[in-house]
Amino acid sequence: MIEAVGLDSGVIDSVLVIVTQLVLAIAVTPLLIGVMRTTRARLEGRVGGGIGQPWRDVAKLLSKEPLRAPGSTPVLTTAPILLVASSLLLCALVPLVSTLALASVPGDLFVVVSVLLLGTVALALLGLESGTAFGGMGSSRHMTIAALVEPTVLLSIYALSVPTGTSALASIVQARKLDPTSLLNPVSLLSIVALVVVVIAETGRLPVDNPSTHLELTMVHEAMILESGGRDLGWLEFGSWLRLTALLGLVVNLAMPWGVAADAAPLGLLVGLVTITAKLLVTGALLAAAEVFMAKLRLFRVPELLAGSFVLAFLSVSASYLVF
Amino acid sequence: MTPDRLAALVDVGLLAQALLGALAVLFAVVVPRRVRNAASGSALVAVGVAGAITGVAALLGAPAAGLRIPLALPLAGPMDPMLLAPDRLGAVFMAIAGMVVALSALFGIGYAHGAAASRTGWTAFAVFAVGLQFVPAAADAVTFLLAWELMAGGSTVLLLADHAVREPVRRATLWYAVMTHLSFLLLLTGFGILAAAAGGTSWATMAGAGLGGPVAGVAFVLLTAGFATKAGLVPVHVWLPRAHPEAPSHMSAAMSAAMVKMGVYGIMMVVLRLLPEGPRWWAVLLIALGAGSALYGILQASVQSDLKRLLAYSTTENVGLVVAAVGIGVLLRDSGQDGVAGVAFLAALLLAVSHAAFKTVLFLGAGSVLHATGERDLDLLGGLASRMPWTATAFGIGAMGAAALPVTSGFVAEWALLQALVHADARADRLVAVVMPVTMAVVALTVGLGLLTFVKALGIGFLARPRTRAAADAHEAGITMRAALAVGSLLVLALGLAPGPVSVALAGAVPAGGVSTVAGTGLVLDAVGVVLHPVGLTLLLLAILVPLVVVNVVLARRHPRRDVGLAWGSGGERTSPRMEYNATSYAEPLVRVFGSSLQATRSVEVVRHEQSPLLVSQVAFTQETVDVVEERIYLPAARRAERFGDLARTVQNGSIHRYVGFSFAALVVVLVVLALW
Repeated sequence: MIEAVGLDSGVIDSVLVIVTQLVLAIAVTPLLIGVMRTTRARLEGRVGGGIGQPWRDVAKLLSKEPLRAPGSTPVLTTAPILLVASSLLLCALVPLVSTLALASVPGDLFVVVSVLLLGTVALALLGLESGTAFGGMGSSRHMTIAALVEPTVLLSIYALSVPTGTSALASIVQARKLDPTSLLNPVSLLSIVALVVVVIAETGRLPVDNPSTHLELTMVHEAMILESGGRDLGWLEFGSWLRLTALLGLVVNLAMPWGVAADAAPLGLLVGLVTITAKLLVTGALLAAAEVFMAKLRLFRVPELLAGSFVLAFLSVSASYLVF
Repeated sequence: MTPDRLAALVDVGLLAQALLGALAVLFAVVVPRRVRNAASGSALVAVGVAGAITGVAALLGAPAAGLRIPLALPLAGPMDPMLLAPDRLGAVFMAIAGMVVALSALFGIGYAHGAAASRTGWTAFAVFAVGLQFVPAAADAVTFLLAWELMAGGSTVLLLADHAVREPVRRATLWYAVMTHLSFLLLLTGFGILAAAAGGTSWATMAGAGLGGPVAGVAFVLLTAGFATKAGLVPVHVWLPRAHPEAPSHMSAAMSAAMVKMGVYGIMMVVLRLLPEGPRWWAVLLIALGAGSALYGILQASVQSDLKRLLAYSTTENVGLVVAAVGIGVLLRDSGQDGVAGVAFLAALLLAVSHAAFKTVLFLGAGSVLHATGERDLDLLGGLASRMPWTATAFGIGAMGAAALPVTSGFVAEWALLQALVHADARADRLVAVVMPVTMAVVALTVGLGLLTFVKALGIGFLARPRTRAAADAHEAGITMRAALAVGSLLVLALGLAPGPVSVALAGAVPAGGVSTVAGTGLVLDAVGVVLHPVGLTLLLLAILVPLVVVNVVLARRHPRRDVGLAWGSGGERTSPRMEYNATSYAEPLVRVFGSSLQATRSVEVVRHEQSPLLVSQVAFTQETVDVVEERIYLPAARRAERFGDLARTVQNGSIHRYVGFSFAALVVVLVVLALW
């Protein structure tokens, strides 16, 4: 039923989609972070660094020399690159611009989650590699949160997949686009809310982790990358931002699938690019605005939040059997 | 090769395993100590390879005539001839056992020392290996139980190897011997019931009798309990975290990767072959047993700091997932969804094969660490990656497999299981609608915790800086040990990269239709309409990775990395390695979250300075997590048994007069009974 991989037009089309999504991710991600930081700064009464600041930060970091302690292993040098690569792979697999997927590597839910986890593990190992108390602390917290988030991720998308009977993300988005009534039913709403919590936890935003903190005892993400500098840090920052783009893009496309192209026609792709950029920036600004009014949760209260989101996801699965 | 030639190969292979096993015993006994490891070990590698080839041949070929064992036992009931003739399902497990035996024997050549390298040690390993490989080949209950006891006996003797050096070995062996005999008794009773009801001891007779109703139910419960004990499922897992750490490491690998699989084989044989018409409560029982074990096992594994104990608990988790997959298959088969049920059964086999591959690597890696440092406590290790790069790489690949990351065998197996869960049609069937999401949540949490566990094992053990002198002085393992590690980790990757051909072969062993390959390596499950193409995924990743690496290299040319003696260390001096996070601290958040099910007891001892109580000179922190099941079920049961034993002492006080009196009384009772009859 599935054709062998050959260089037919279908493959070329999906490669085009993947390249478009990668270009989008690389171009829009720093912009998204810039918008989020500026929104936050303005609401807090600061001027902020401007929307282009993240670009300048990464460019500056990438052109600086990294340091290495004696006795360190290749993990120190490879983990940052692996994080960026896995985040980019995530951006390629998630239906951001078009729901056309590579036939042999469809954006299957479980494959996408495992690619996400690849980046998570690379970061956690890097935290341990630093050999300091902070690195280990961040790594331990990061993995604990990742472990507790896992059931919610799978269950909430499972709930969305029940009506379509497939676990391919592209098909789910496509089906939701064709049937707008399904967007507002309780199943869909519950699992979207659960997914939002997941995205917040996985990308280290408030109230799970504060991306701008360097207050030692509350750090999660920052603690892991504390020992990295220069080029390594540049890659790490960029890789983590790309994760935000991919996950946020997935959730907005699940919640509002309008504008996502179904094929690789140039006009469709253009519309897809523009809509996803707009959706990402608006959602990012809203998220940043919400963060201003939020305090970070105490670390040991985070499991309660995650358990709550798990309950929502579970409810949505149960409800999906009643609704459909 | 034609199916008939393959069938002939199976017959030859069965004989070869027995003969090579005998050769290994001979070498162990007569060869001088200096070359005993090499001679006996090589013979055992040959036994393992013969087993693997026989298994593969039996899986792909026509049914073989098999090997008759000319032995008649004085049984009360009708007895079919004793026969070794693996069916397809048995063939899979025989191949698994053969592969694991070959790798662990190869590792053992360089590793075995002390009592494990003695005559008894190698003889016991040979007996164990042949028994292990013949269990899935048995075609009747008597042969099965005979092979089962060879396996149990050999492993018990080898487990005792270090008893003179370490005290815990004796306790571990006692636990193991008791549990393994409990398992045997349950199996004996279960098979006895089936044989009596079916009128014969061979699998074919039992399956042909079409048993059902309460007889089948009782036999199913007994057999499941017996096999679960061997497989290390909760609540009969208690021997596992004791025996695996204390056994010599090559033996731990064989026990964990192959022997516990025989329990899985037993369960699959019962529900697929002997009693294929089981009602749904069997499925629910299996799912509950499997999912419970998976969660409990990984939760315990995540808080362990003893590397081999961690791996032992993770075995409980993996076997739990296999049994849960079997249960899912039985449930879906019962609700008429044969296609998805086939995917679940296939997932069970994939999980079993994949676990055999990565757990062998992990245990052998732990053995290599133990060999190099004398330590298996993660809290005392660290920095091994730069000292033992081979071991570290192999352990890393094994850990990725255990954490189900792409592109390893573990990922493929869990992917198949999750596909079966997602694609089950739950709308028509309320039980399925409840079971699937709950199982999915359990599997997902298991995957998450497994990730944490193996990041911890790899990161704390191998990265950063050594925490002790022993770890700092570690050296790389010898050539045979490295070879075993390399072959094992290549298997993990090969299964992960090319799941298609393997799955097609495995699908023949269970009723799983619509499994095919795509592009030579990818896996297509037509029954649920999904495709997994790891090579494609890898190529995509490489397409992204290569430009990144190029950019990185260009940047590195311009601004090369600088080595500094004093790296950041949080902006200050690099602190002492004692300040590193260790395995205990790594699991601390988890212990808090799952506090009530882990029951951690902590003690902090503060030693004050003698000059002033306000000054602290030393703080000692210890944390212990107990196995709740052991604490709540086994220890009370053992105490009860002891109290009962004490009661007997009042009757048997050692007085010869009293015993003569007992004999007389017994005689009188017998005479009276006979007179009244």
